[in-house]
Amino acid sequence: MRHLLSIKDLTTSEAISILDTATELARINEGQVKKLPTLRGRTIVNLFAEDSTRTRISFEAAAKRLSADVINFSSKGSSLSKGESLKDTAQTLQAMGADAVVIRHSASGAAQRLADLEWMSGCVINAGDGTHEHPSQALLDAFTIRKHLGKGSKDLQGIRVAIVGDVLHSRVARSNVLLLSMLGADVVLVAPPTLLPVGVESWPVSISYDFDSVIPNVDVIMMLRVQQERMSDLFFPNSREYSRYFGLNSDRMAKMSPHGIVMHPGPMNRGLEIAADVADSARSVIVEQVKNGVNVRMAILYVLLAGGPLEVGVQS
Amino acid sequence: MSEALSAADISRALTRISHEILEKNHGSSTITLLGIPTRGAHLAMRIAKIMGEIEGLQIPVGMLDITLYRDDLRLRPPRTIMPTTIPPVGIEGRELILIDDVLYSGRTIRAALDALGEVGRPKTVQLAVLVDRGHRELPIRADYVGKNLPTSREQSVSVHLSEIDGVDEVLIEGVEK
Repeated sequence: MRHLLSIKDLTTSEAISILDTATELARINEGQVKKLPTLRGRTIVNLFAEDSTRTRISFEAAAKRLSADVINFSSKGSSLSKGESLKDTAQTLQAMGADAVVIRHSASGAAQRLADLEWMSGCVINAGDGTHEHPSQALLDAFTIRKHLGKGSKDLQGIRVAIVGDVLHSRVARSNVLLLSMLGADVVLVAPPTLLPVGVESWPVSISYDFDSVIPNVDVIMMLRVQQERMSDLFFPNSREYSRYFGLNSDRMAKMSPHGIVMHPGPMNRGLEIAADVADSARSVIVEQVKNGVNVRMAILYVLLAGGPLEVGVQS
Repeated sequence: MSEALSAADISRALTRISHEILEKNHGSSTITLLGIPTRGAHLAMRIAKIMGEIEGLQIPVGMLDITLYRDDLRLRPPRTIMPTTIPPVGIEGRELILIDDVLYSGRTIRAALDALGEVGRPKTVQLAVLVDRGHRELPIRADYVGKNLPTSREQSVSVHLSEIDGVDEVLIEGVEK
């Protein structure tokens, strides 16, 4: 595996191996050691052409804990805002010797393009491209679910997950549907019909328009952010109505099974898709998702960067 | 392929190493054992058991994964990270015995010393190995050796342990040149 562009790049065993590696790294991070020498001398560029808090900081922390050198640049304050093309930016990074580029871009397929056109020799990690995919988020979500509900098993066989809200604009939902179903979870999407993408019938999921009937039957409720910045049309009458039908409030949360957990990839619209008291409740693992994100991204960097190319002869 | 050590040989070697460790350190009161996964960790458990039977008490034993500290990571595909468990007494001020199955280039042990430095500062670090096959690339030696096996670089030494492989044996594969 050279790049991580989509969950489709992963086999089930590769995905499980990333989760296992993250588990061991989490144990190390909980101990005294916060710095490992593994990627010393490697350069990782965080290329964020779209705003991000969690993902960028998380990748930066992960790279630094593995002793890699990190160069951050975002569209604001770089030549990207002067209209420099992705190709010219990539060639600049190549000239500077970047071993990996973590890219966040508002265009779906930006990471794929960067990887396919061989503008640079390093590996490409998709940190969210438009409404397409966000594989590292799905891996950290799977890691969090496995940790809470996995009961020691490697995969997510039989765990029931509801993904609720703005599926249409959500790369998190796309990556999670692929990964969670690959790991054996039963996924149900809950959204108003206007916020489900065309072709959703062919996804490995079931679909419901009635949040209340789904809640008692799932172990995980994953709320999605309503992405108003991507909405050019009117997808629901008003936010109060959306909140009433598809928002998670404490009355709804009370109908969950006792072991159930509430997730959200962040940033949250408190009061719209999730009520503030739910986000701060004991069932919410939202802050823990962020913490797990660092471990999972360390595992991704380790798998992509620590080993040499496969064709180099093996010696012990 | 030829058998260099049988199950009985391995058992005798581990018993001897256990006695040697106790003799050199004047008893077991300050000893902590750390095995290097995967087979070194099983050997550490066995040695801890033998020492415990001799001394009549529990010997602190754990395992130390050194993958993230290797200097040859870039020479091969990524390896799985194995668990690290440090016994509750820790390693600070202890007589620390590192245990591995085969001592070859010495690079694993160099990495282990780096990894230990992040965990604490033992009083001494000693090394016990089941097989020393020579060809050191670093100034590292073992304090306790089950068996010295002179080999050529073209040969490979496989240690099989019943916990993982179902059988105790040490095999040499390839011809001596």
